[in-house]
Amino acid sequence: MTTMPPEPGKPEKPSLAVFKFASCDGCQLQLLDAQGKLLEIADRVRIDHFLEASSAVVPGPYDVGLVEGSISTAHDAERIREIRRQCRFLVTIGACATAGGIQALRNWGRIDDFLGAVYASPEYVTTLATSTAIADHVPVDFELRGCPIDTRQLVELITALVLGRKPHVPGHCVCVECKARGTVCVAVAKGIPCLGPVTQAGCGAICPAHGRECFGCYGPAEAVNLVSLTGFYEARGTPRPELTRLVRSFNGYAPAFRGESDRLEGGA
Amino acid sequence: MTIPQISPGSWWWLDAAGLERLITVLAAAGYRVVGPQVADGAVVIRDLASARDLPTGWLDEQDGGTYRLRFDPAAGTFDHVVGPHSLKNFLFPARETIAKFTRADGMWSQEELVRAEPPLAVIGVRACDLEALRIQDRVFMGGEHVDPAYAARREKLFIVAANCRRAVATCFCHSMGCGPAATHSFDLALTEHGSGMRAESGGGPSRFACEVGSDRGAEILAALGDGLDVCTPAEVAVAQAVPQELAARMHAREAEPGKPRPRSLDTEGIRDLLFDNLEHARWDDVASRCLSCTNCTLVCPTCFCASVTEVADLSGDHVERERHWASCFTLDHAKIHGHSVRSSTASRYRQWLTHKLAGWIDQFGTSGCTGCGRCITWCPVGIDITEEVAAIRGTSDATTAPGGGP
Repeated sequence: MTTMPPEPGKPEKPSLAVFKFASCDGCQLQLLDAQGKLLEIADRVRIDHFLEASSAVVPGPYDVGLVEGSISTAHDAERIREIRRQCRFLVTIGACATAGGIQALRNWGRIDDFLGAVYASPEYVTTLATSTAIADHVPVDFELRGCPIDTRQLVELITALVLGRKPHVPGHCVCVECKARGTVCVAVAKGIPCLGPVTQAGCGAICPAHGRECFGCYGPAEAVNLVSLTGFYEARGTPRPELTRLVRSFNGYAPAFRGESDRLEGGA
Repeated sequence: MTIPQISPGSWWWLDAAGLERLITVLAAAGYRVVGPQVADGAVVIRDLASARDLPTGWLDEQDGGTYRLRFDPAAGTFDHVVGPHSLKNFLFPARETIAKFTRADGMWSQEELVRAEPPLAVIGVRACDLEALRIQDRVFMGGEHVDPAYAARREKLFIVAANCRRAVATCFCHSMGCGPAATHSFDLALTEHGSGMRAESGGGPSRFACEVGSDRGAEILAALGDGLDVCTPAEVAVAQAVPQELAARMHAREAEPGKPRPRSLDTEGIRDLLFDNLEHARWDDVASRCLSCTNCTLVCPTCFCASVTEVADLSGDHVERERHWASCFTLDHAKIHGHSVRSSTASRYRQWLTHKLAGWIDQFGTSGCTGCGRCITWCPVGIDITEEVAAIRGTSDATTAPGGGP
């Protein structure tokens, strides 16, 4: 990764901007949740645009743009292009920005059906038929996974950008974190269908540590063999529709998960 | 007549109260005492406050990709076998800081690491895990370069072994020549007699024939106080027969009624068998099932791969060098100059299996497998190392399909 010397005429500290698209704001909150680290970040980085934290806005361009949320309107599809032009490094944060989010479930349905079911006057709503990842619209320099993202990984990313090195964000699966913390595998010991073996690590394996399955918040890991995993769960008695729902969730529209839920649903 | 002395090679009886005193004495001697106990649906290794925490009456049933506990009042204290944890979790922890550096006025200095961990005593270690310990000792302490963190823990380690009276379907220590009898590396070794300490067991409380394996073991046992009964030669013979009888059942591959047939791994010429079959079609077959999820390597009590990361704070003035478990199933593991040289699952599985069972022999003089069976049980899709080897050897007597073990 390129180091980040100050641009000519710019102050010493690199500037950071946070932008929101279709999302719940939870990933931005992870930055505010950095607590003590937030002061350190503010020491090293100039936070120029972060509406969740302050209405004071410094106009771009920015060194780093963190983008939360998916593209679900024509207006947002235009806005992300302008933001891309304003940011040297564009980093997506969270499942919405990286894979379309839970709202990408609409991509399997008919948008008019949803509008009619949810809104009293759907004619006032302007929306695209799909919810898609930022990378489907503009080039993205780095994707931080999670629903929501993990504060430690976010601080690591910002630290790496400030120090001019590659962030340590491993692509291996959640099982690595379960085994590292000594968690008993819920799939093996309780027969619970768990997405840990195909989901990227980063959360610290929170759900299995509390006796629950991983439901894929961090999206597909670097190597994914869902056909084998769902085949095993199915042979052990989990019905296909349940497996489809498991895979088609927060990161359901990420290509590796999308292909598998379509295959399960298609009966292949 | 000579008065028996508590010394290496001697055998003594411990009753339930004696086992409790053993834990108390170890704690009083400054040890952190850990041992098997039931948590989250499995027998794990955790801190032990009392012998009452031990999994008396609990039995595990294991097979490819499945582990279940059931309570049997007739079962003893150590009639479960190995769970997901092993000595590795304690001697070679998943994550540890191995160096610290600070920058002041443009100059870097290394901080001294303070290792303040208490010595560790582990209760209930099985023969397969004693062999795994010996293998990891070779890796971390053999030769010129000794790992200081591992060596510091290992030198102070106190082991109370437990001889197995029972095997599950994933056990194959007998075929690896590693068990089921505990024959080395322990300070004390227990062989259970009777059926559990609980009143409802009906069979009366267990007694443990305790073999002394080291001077340190003799000192601790002596500290239990007067009143220990020495085992007669006939009682020693009965105790020694317990794992021998289990070994005979394992060699015969006798299944308990309604249970899967115990596994076995034919090691005859295995090094050449695997190295001569690097292009065998089976590697692609197993890759179609393998998740590259790393579970087999992380539960393996001998897998020792680690990666080192420099972790800096935002100022860049404080850096900690962190060592954490790595696995040959991740893409990072084979990344050389920014590119992974083992990008296919087939190549990663082949790397693991050929290193464990063949390359290990060249590197360390023994197999890297002890037959503990953890990689079979804790594989989320039940891939079976014994079955993969049998398939390459052409002697498979089972079909392996998703959802069904052999």
